[in-house]
Amino acid sequence: MPIDIAIDERSIPAAATSYGARAMETTVPKSTSPENEELVALVTLVRDTKDRGAFAQLFRHFAPRVKAFLMKSGANEGLAEETTQEVMATLWTKAHMFDPSRASVSTWVFTVARNRKIDALRRMKRPEPEDLPWGPEAEPDQADVMSLRQESEKLAQAIAELPEKQRDLIQRAYFGDLSHAQIAEETGLPLGTIKSRIRLALERLRHAMG
Amino acid sequence: MGTINHHLTDALLMSYAAGTLDEGFSLVVATHVSLCDECRARLESFEAVGGALVDECEQVALSDDALDATFALIDALPPAPEPIPAPLPDNVFPLPLRNYVGGDINAVRWRPLGGGVMQAVLKTGGAGKVRLLSIPGGTAMPDHGHRGLELTMVLKGAFEDEDGHFGRGDVEVANEDLHHTPVAVAGEDCICLAATDAPLRFKGLVPRIAQPFIGI
Repeated sequence: MPIDIAIDERSIPAAATSYGARAMETTVPKSTSPENEELVALVTLVRDTKDRGAFAQLFRHFAPRVKAFLMKSGANEGLAEETTQEVMATLWTKAHMFDPSRASVSTWVFTVARNRKIDALRRMKRPEPEDLPWGPEAEPDQADVMSLRQESEKLAQAIAELPEKQRDLIQRAYFGDLSHAQIAEETGLPLGTIKSRIRLALERLRHAMG
Repeated sequence: MGTINHHLTDALLMSYAAGTLDEGFSLVVATHVSLCDECRARLESFEAVGGALVDECEQVALSDDALDATFALIDALPPAPEPIPAPLPDNVFPLPLRNYVGGDINAVRWRPLGGGVMQAVLKTGGAGKVRLLSIPGGTAMPDHGHRGLELTMVLKGAFEDEDGHFGRGDVEVANEDLHHTPVAVAGEDCICLAATDAPLRFKGLVPRIAQPFIGI
């Protein structure tokens, strides 16, 4: 089942549409990205052996992206730098909470950065859902991890293929330029298969541990 | 886990996943997701969209000593706290709500609104307002409309209105088009978590006069 999200453009103030033009001065060129399996292996090393070399690799990959994400969300360079370091330190301490059968490493990093952003930029409390009482499995099923990875790649591909205008709106929704009321129901983001995959992983966890 | 029939909208889940939803609405989303695997899976797929955006994000270089500074942060962290024990199965309120109440249902400081109806306003940041409502079985809430959005989630008992039957875990998403008259189903008290982003509008004269005093 495709889940459709549209953004109600009529309610967006003209000033908000300048997002695409926002300049980013100190960008560095995209490096070749490590595959999600490599990233999962690095997180596992950090979790199990507190491996600082593995953490340094995660840092090199994610810290510049997290910093860009925070600056797009309205942080100045100094605050973005400081907050990025806090986000990366949180990844170190929360490595045991990462569940590769339910999220890619990038998604996990996104949620940690988002929570830090709410705290540091918006100065708001963030009510979080209750964790599943059993937490992630120590060694999740490799087939689950693989399927989740495939679904994540399909989703990224689908987002990349959205018409420019719609992709820009999704970005603005995630970088904080759109309010809840400006995100309207029904039109375009294909979340059906990844949702089913996550749902399945949740059910398996319940059966295995419940 | 019982059957939940009334779920959150995509717009609410996307906004919560993005981290832009008001604190009051976020509390309802977090409380519902705690009880609802379906919405947890939908939420995690909206978070995957955020992950994809981070992946394709351009990059901004950090200062030269950023990695060392991060290791210094890590080394200065206090030792990890003991894992939180699994919640008692007989909690009425999921953890995010217990954090705002300061405990489970017995810790609520109710204020009477008349007719056996009670409320407790929860302290949140932002413009919206969040409250717990306790409505005796068989009793109607005053008929009201909204200027903005109202989310009402059932924690105990059930209510019915023009949109159907709402039991534990169900959430009603009401906008300004909906004028509804929720009636608590006969039997036990119906306890709900309700969040609004604008004051409610009551139709009857007496509630309208009382409104400034009772804080609805």
